Amino acid sequence: MAKRTPDSPPPEPVVARIRLRYARRGRLRFTSHRDFARAFERALRRAGVPMALSAGFSPHPRISYVGAAPTGMASEAEYVEIALTERLDAETVRAAVDASLPPGLDVVDAVVARGGSLPDRIDASVWQIRLPGLEVDAVAAAVVTLLAAESVPVQRLTKEGRRTVDARAAIVSATARVDDLPDQPCAILDVVVRHVTPAVRPDDILTALRTVADLVPPVPPLATRLAQGLLAEDGQISDPLAPDRERLPAAEGDAPDAAPLTGSAVASDR
Amino acid sequence: MPIESLFPRLEPLLPRVQKPIQYVGGELNSTVKDWDVAGPDGTVRWALMYPDAYEVGLPNQGVMILYEVLNERPDVLAERTYSVWPDLEALMREYDVPQFTVDGHRPVGAFDVLGVSLPTELGYTNLLTALDLAGIPILAAERGDEHPIVLAGGHAAFNPEPVADFIDAAVLGDGEQAVLEISDLVGDWKQAGRPGGRAQLLLRLARAGGVYVPRFYDVDYLPDGRIRRVAPNRSGVPFRVDKRTVSGLDDWPYPKTPLVPLAETVHERMSVEIFRGCTRGCRFCQAGMITRPVRERSITGIGEMVAAGLVASGYQEVGLLSLSSADHSEIAEIATGLADRYAGTNTSLSLPSTRVDAFNVTLANEFSRNGRRSGLTFAPEGGSERIRQVINKMVTKEDLIRTVTTAYGAGWRQVKLYFMCGLPTETDADVLEIAELAMEVIRIGRQVAGTKDIRCTVSIGGFIPKPHTPFQWAPQLDHEATDARLRLLREAINSDRSLGRAIGFRYHDGRPGIVEGLLSRGDRRVGAVIRRAWEDGGRFDGWSEYFSFDRWITAAEVALAGAGVDVDWYTTRERGEHEVLPWDHLDAGLDRRWLWADWQESLTGREVDDCRWWGCYDCGVCPSQGTQIQIGPTGRTLLPLPGLRPVLAPPAASASAPVG
Repeated sequence: MAKRTPDSPPPEPVVARIRLRYARRGRLRFTSHRDFARAFERALRRAGVPMALSAGFSPHPRISYVGAAPTGMASEAEYVEIALTERLDAETVRAAVDASLPPGLDVVDAVVARGGSLPDRIDASVWQIRLPGLEVDAVAAAVVTLLAAESVPVQRLTKEGRRTVDARAAIVSATARVDDLPDQPCAILDVVVRHVTPAVRPDDILTALRTVADLVPPVPPLATRLAQGLLAEDGQISDPLAPDRERLPAAEGDAPDAAPLTGSAVASDR
Repeated sequence: MPIESLFPRLEPLLPRVQKPIQYVGGELNSTVKDWDVAGPDGTVRWALMYPDAYEVGLPNQGVMILYEVLNERPDVLAERTYSVWPDLEALMREYDVPQFTVDGHRPVGAFDVLGVSLPTELGYTNLLTALDLAGIPILAAERGDEHPIVLAGGHAAFNPEPVADFIDAAVLGDGEQAVLEISDLVGDWKQAGRPGGRAQLLLRLARAGGVYVPRFYDVDYLPDGRIRRVAPNRSGVPFRVDKRTVSGLDDWPYPKTPLVPLAETVHERMSVEIFRGCTRGCRFCQAGMITRPVRERSITGIGEMVAAGLVASGYQEVGLLSLSSADHSEIAEIATGLADRYAGTNTSLSLPSTRVDAFNVTLANEFSRNGRRSGLTFAPEGGSERIRQVINKMVTKEDLIRTVTTAYGAGWRQVKLYFMCGLPTETDADVLEIAELAMEVIRIGRQVAGTKDIRCTVSIGGFIPKPHTPFQWAPQLDHEATDARLRLLREAINSDRSLGRAIGFRYHDGRPGIVEGLLSRGDRRVGAVIRRAWEDGGRFDGWSEYFSFDRWITAAEVALAGAGVDVDWYTTRERGEHEVLPWDHLDAGLDRRWLWADWQESLTGREVDDCRWWGCYDCGVCPSQGTQIQIGPTGRTLLPLPGLRPVLAPPAASASAPVG
């Protein structure tokens, strides 16, 4: 017997892509990437966003996620690109999807893609790590030791087993400052980390600080990704959505999608 | 007294546990009300618990329905709580964080009522963990006015005797109306200044009818260990407690706004219950016996719930639930109507398909018009024609072959068959026929599909006799014999290499079934066994990686020492007609004489037809409960609905999005 093929017509073509920046805040920082992907797809359906679908028996919306902060860490700067079958202005989509996601998963920025690859505009992250219970001097001293080291290999348990990464090599800069609470000291560590493979995460940096300087936080630290983008010579991080805004023609929404969206095909979640 | 959120104390523990998202709440359509939403004494507060992991408990329809029904009342607040895994339990004990609700992260111990759904007996140890973590004394007798009333419901509550020491009360049957009546009673009692304290409240509940309060019933035993009698020890408390039955399902379209979790759960879809109850009369099936009579939701009521639920949830799949969904009087119209309505919307429909007939395949084809055809599931339950007559599963071998032929011919590639082992009067030969059936299925399947690339999975588990069924008197097969029989079956399947390769064999070893059997038909003396097993570390007994047979057997030996009864006495022993069963004072509506007659008829293989189509056979439910069968056909149809899905406005229109 011949194989069944879907009776439905082929999926509608992609006419536009929208790039969104979202934040994962508060208790919803415990959302894993898979959890977010499911919630995001449902939110798109609830909001009625005209998503472009893949072909086949189980069509799924064409969504490209760019990295993802580790589960349990907050973020103000996560990125995702969606493909639409209709032209819509970015703010309409942003507001609708944001309203359909639970508070704590907040869509904070959106642009219509003008071409180019979003992942190519990201090679570093800015992390803020709150360390309640630690004195800033102790943290600052540990950071000096860490930065002075040639390399600091740390181990992390992943799905593939134990992996070793050099935490020092990925650190562009690290500084400690004070943000004491009424009842206890609190240090804040600002770190700029280069994206390497495997990724160096805030917990790797904390492991490195423990390795080189015995720095052990008494309560779990709270790490928040503040920004992602391209690392410039001066150590600044660029906004990865800026190129889409900069090349904005006068009449938004009328511009043809001339530039091929090459390289942006980060594997969709499913 | 204001109740503060426990979240700040829980939060530092979460990075240290597996899948922390399951403990943070924030589900779409969840509700957090002010603690004093109707004043400190005017508010009735329910914590609803499902005593298993969040991933299993969140999709539970019962909890979801009651959560919504209760929260619709302005003077009631309801929150949910689930079992925490042992990693978090250890941390909660270390840092003194009590059992919490996931909605407001409020301490469970501060609520008025802790409503616990008891879907299966293997969750009993998890109930004890939750009580203990909540700071509620394990023993109901040791609780004071400051503790919640622990109220059990769900199918296992039809014999709550093994947990009688741990619960304050139980409700049998449908909960929708019961929880509202109980809320009224609790609310009145609180507003009146809690006269007579906890004991008086329980007495009021027991006297109101339909609420079983174990402490108001004494159990006496005969010298040989059997029960002599169960009798009320207070005036005004009924001798028998009736079950609750909701009539008119269209009036109860819950859940209206299904909870959508962030965490991954066992069912990633929304569900609509298309009817409640089942009168097919399968003699092993407790659910079918205790939920009678059949009450259908109308085709239009179903259409409305599907439409509203999809908009509210964003789900892509709808499951049409019931005990035997293909039996809805208008199922074909429902299937076609929904498939037409949602054509091209990328929405899929599913029917838990277990009925063995070709019509079921037609339905499944309709549901998967534009979807993948992966697998279909059928439940012949018994391997031989004879044993299927014993259990009243009226399916012939020809039915089964015709059904799978239709399925493979329509493009399905995998057929799953469910069976039971250890049924009354069963011999090795009955079970070995399963191998022949499966091989026949593959032979025919390869023929009609024109490919060798088809599969048949045989899934088989041990039969456990359940209360309120004709098999409540039956001996359970011991686990050694169950395992031996399953070994023989596996060898038989593997005896033909070519066919055997296409047959998957899944089985459950017989030992957890013995513990479930002990808890299913146990009496109050089994409570000590549960407590002992829990003290010895018993948790998540429904999960094979946590279940320990030895722990339970040791617990039973210690706790039942001197009682003159043991695990075998509760499980593998056949009961006599006049033995007082632990649940005889709890009324599911079934006439005990009918149950006994049906048990006797099963032994001679005499079958009973479904009363929906063939007339009443006097099971006793309708007259004793004042209920009746409610089925269609209504003759109504599902018309195409405009605006089924929200559509985001193009840029010209307003920026405010029509979000549900």
